[in-house]
Amino acid sequence: MKKSSDKKIDRRQLLKLLGAGAATSATALYGCDSRKKTVSGGANIGEVPTDKMTYRVTPSTGDKVSLLGYGCMRWPLKPKAGSTKAKGVEMEIDQEAVNELIDYAIAHGVNYFDTSPRYVRGMSERATGIALSRHPRDKYFIATKMSNMGNDPKLLSREGSIAMYRNSMKELKVDYFDYYLLHAIGIGGMDALNKRYYDNGILDFLLKEREAGRVRNLGFSYHGDIKVFDYLLATGIKWDFVQIQLNYLDWKHATGWNTNAEYLYGELLKRNIPAVIMEPLLGGRLAKMNFHALTLLNQLRSEASPASWAFRYAGSPANVLTVLSGMVYMEHLQENIRLYSPLEPITERENKVLEEVAEIVLKYPYVPCTACQYCMPCPYGLDIPATFTHYNRCLSEGNIPSSSQDPDYRRARRAFLIGYDRSVPKLRQASHCIACGKCTPHCPQRIQIPQEMARIDKFTEQLKQGGSF
Amino acid sequence: MWLRQFRVITAGLYFGLITLLFLDFTGSLHHWLGWLARIQLLPALLALNVGVVVGLLTLTVLFGRIYCSVICPLEVYQDVVSWVHGKQKRNRFSYSPALTWLRYGVLLLGIVAFIGGIGSVVALLDPYGAYGRIASNLMAPVYQWGNNALAYLAGRMDSYAFYSVDVWMKNVATFVVAVLTFGILAVLAWRHGRTYCNTICPVGTVLGLLAKIALFRPVILPEKCSQCGLCARNCKASCIDHKTHTIDYSRCVTCFDCVAKCHQGALVYGGPKLRSQAKPLEKTNRGPDQGDSSRRNFLSIATFFALATAIKAEENKVDGGLAVITGKKIPNRLTPLVPPGSQSASNFTLHCTACQLCVSVCSNQVLRPSSSLTKWMQPEMSFERGYCRPECTKCSEVCPAGAILSITTAEKSAIQIGHAVWIKENCIVNAQDVSCGNCARHCPVGAIQMVTKDASRPDSLKIPVVDLERCIGCGACENLCPVRPFSAIYVEGHERHRVV
Repeated sequence: MKKSSDKKIDRRQLLKLLGAGAATSATALYGCDSRKKTVSGGANIGEVPTDKMTYRVTPSTGDKVSLLGYGCMRWPLKPKAGSTKAKGVEMEIDQEAVNELIDYAIAHGVNYFDTSPRYVRGMSERATGIALSRHPRDKYFIATKMSNMGNDPKLLSREGSIAMYRNSMKELKVDYFDYYLLHAIGIGGMDALNKRYYDNGILDFLLKEREAGRVRNLGFSYHGDIKVFDYLLATGIKWDFVQIQLNYLDWKHATGWNTNAEYLYGELLKRNIPAVIMEPLLGGRLAKMNFHALTLLNQLRSEASPASWAFRYAGSPANVLTVLSGMVYMEHLQENIRLYSPLEPITERENKVLEEVAEIVLKYPYVPCTACQYCMPCPYGLDIPATFTHYNRCLSEGNIPSSSQDPDYRRARRAFLIGYDRSVPKLRQASHCIACGKCTPHCPQRIQIPQEMARIDKFTEQLKQGGSF
Repeated sequence: MWLRQFRVITAGLYFGLITLLFLDFTGSLHHWLGWLARIQLLPALLALNVGVVVGLLTLTVLFGRIYCSVICPLEVYQDVVSWVHGKQKRNRFSYSPALTWLRYGVLLLGIVAFIGGIGSVVALLDPYGAYGRIASNLMAPVYQWGNNALAYLAGRMDSYAFYSVDVWMKNVATFVVAVLTFGILAVLAWRHGRTYCNTICPVGTVLGLLAKIALFRPVILPEKCSQCGLCARNCKASCIDHKTHTIDYSRCVTCFDCVAKCHQGALVYGGPKLRSQAKPLEKTNRGPDQGDSSRRNFLSIATFFALATAIKAEENKVDGGLAVITGKKIPNRLTPLVPPGSQSASNFTLHCTACQLCVSVCSNQVLRPSSSLTKWMQPEMSFERGYCRPECTKCSEVCPAGAILSITTAEKSAIQIGHAVWIKENCIVNAQDVSCGNCARHCPVGAIQMVTKDASRPDSLKIPVVDLERCIGCGACENLCPVRPFSAIYVEGHERHRVV
């Protein structure tokens, strides 16, 4: 927080200097390579380039896809007009903000937009469609998904799934999809795959849609059970692309049911299938580093933010088509555009340091939550991602005392407990988890949510009681 | 002159600090300032705090009703109001005879109620309790809102210096009483100064009896008195009859205003030697100056409010969103719960003056004033917003009246104030066929065991069984039970607390 305000001052002072004479400032900006103008901590200054974006090519259709892809899983929200606190504030997507972000992204060379009928409580496709339809259809590529998970028999039926497919077209205001994915393959194993795509004939339907040109590229997004990944690659179906989770932690140290990205990427490379990357930041976890890891990165390059390392890492492998990032704030969008305009690939030496960073991060008991919200809403009103985010954040900031004998114990305790109440309302905290387990099957990271909740709750209770541990 | 200044400074300091006691929700001030509440007369009497009672009585016998000018916060509040009015309208008081029958009537009522154990009447009459209700009902919320604003800013700055607290209406009836007390006293003090202290307040009446024989008191020196009447017109107790050179010492609150006002030096504060010089004139018959509008009935209707409706979980088809959580309702407890340390419901009722100090410091939102007529405004426990946490003994630390005796956390973990009752039909395990066990997971004494519903099927869901010998009635199970608005497990109070 303090750092960022320092940065602002730096920037303001610089702008003041530039603004000394309007004419000189204009030439000054024109003349310099803005991308190189950075201050400590990764805050870029100067203009965001509009014509330097790195593009990769889809082998099947020859699409020139921007390396930065826009993930439409987290749009800015605002309270619905007329919703009161007493009844629980209802949120809706802030369409104006979405329009602004998408216009900016397109103006700066971003052309890949990834959404799903489930995202943002089912409101993402419509909002994305409204914003994109204001641009010429050949200026952007749309990716959306068959999100027929969740064991709802109506949705699993052929008719239900096709209705979802057609509804996506309607919401996005398009008559063809550039990229279409089988959503979250691997969760629920082969069983779920059969139920969702084979038994109801939806895979055949989608292949026919591709023949008809209404799906230009067909692929799948993968989480979990490796059997399903291997099976789908071995079917002989030509996959135009595959979406995988890749970052410098998951490369060799995938958690839970996830598979090491090294293997996934290698298998795709063998078959010349381009990889779309999700979770380059692990839901923001790689943007908030703990102190030791941060030191390593800062020594390497003091002007780079932790997030910038993760993005450069994800974009570096040549077979990566695009890297998805759910950008809610203009500043994040701008930073990411800068990072890929053009991409500066990770060097061998940097790669080694990132491997070290991964080792450090792994030593801490992070909950591997990416805050994707798939587990929500919890029927008992808990805010699962917010609880995990708070815990992870405290871990990064050194506010999880390992014992009550820690020299910093009292300060850390206060920061954890007060911060907990600030980020999660009391009634939505881990103590209210009854361990019903309804959330667990939805988690793409295969987090044992009830167990983790119990762990955090136990820890909180220890801090509250203030006894020795 | 310095006497008055000294009185004003000490009273102001005392008043500010004791008010802080009611505002400080962290409970950290009580360690240093708790004695301020303990030297209040009625609480000390209820706590059988002999030292304090004897000390206060001695103080009065020696110096008059110093207590009523310095120590009692309610009277300082009146003085402030009266002083503001005095700024606009000088010399506005005049002598009026005592309303003896009313004073002793109220005192008698108080004594009868005290002996008869009608705590709510005693609580209503206690001036310290009355001030406590004003402070905790009217001032504390403002203080807490201010704190929450700071906490909000601190949150923005990533600072943990302030944290936000819940501000909520704990009991409408008590709130109304506090507002009425505040308003009526303000009107009385505005118009007639210390009417309340000298006609209603039983503490004032008792101390007045002693003050009549006080060693030191203000006296009028007839040879110096010019009969200007300035003293009488500035006496907020309306107890100086300058014409006869007499002062009604039972009503004099030893504020030294008259001493400071007299230009002739005819009003002096001193001992028996000085008094022998002063000889009162013959009494003349005077009619009462004004009618007294001090009799008010503090009555209000107890209403209670609760939030309603059921859990509305959205269908899990899309990502994100939060289920609406409905508020919990207070279960119908056959025996109300009083905090650990109060020993028994009757002990609690007998001692409590409903000053709300414990309510103010309860950081778990457990204590709130009762609406029941016999224990009206006295605190009771309920667990809709939190439970009586094992590490907290704040209420027992602050109680000045001996209603909640001081206990340690170790002692608390063994005091059974009630026991948990499980309602089979409401339990989510039976009603919705989900596994739960949140009550057992959070029981601080391990008094809840989860056993299989169907003994013949070891894989069947588990239901809680309460070990009544171990349960201490802290309410963790009730508070954390997922069933709303009425928890499927709730705590029933015990008339007398037991040690397990």
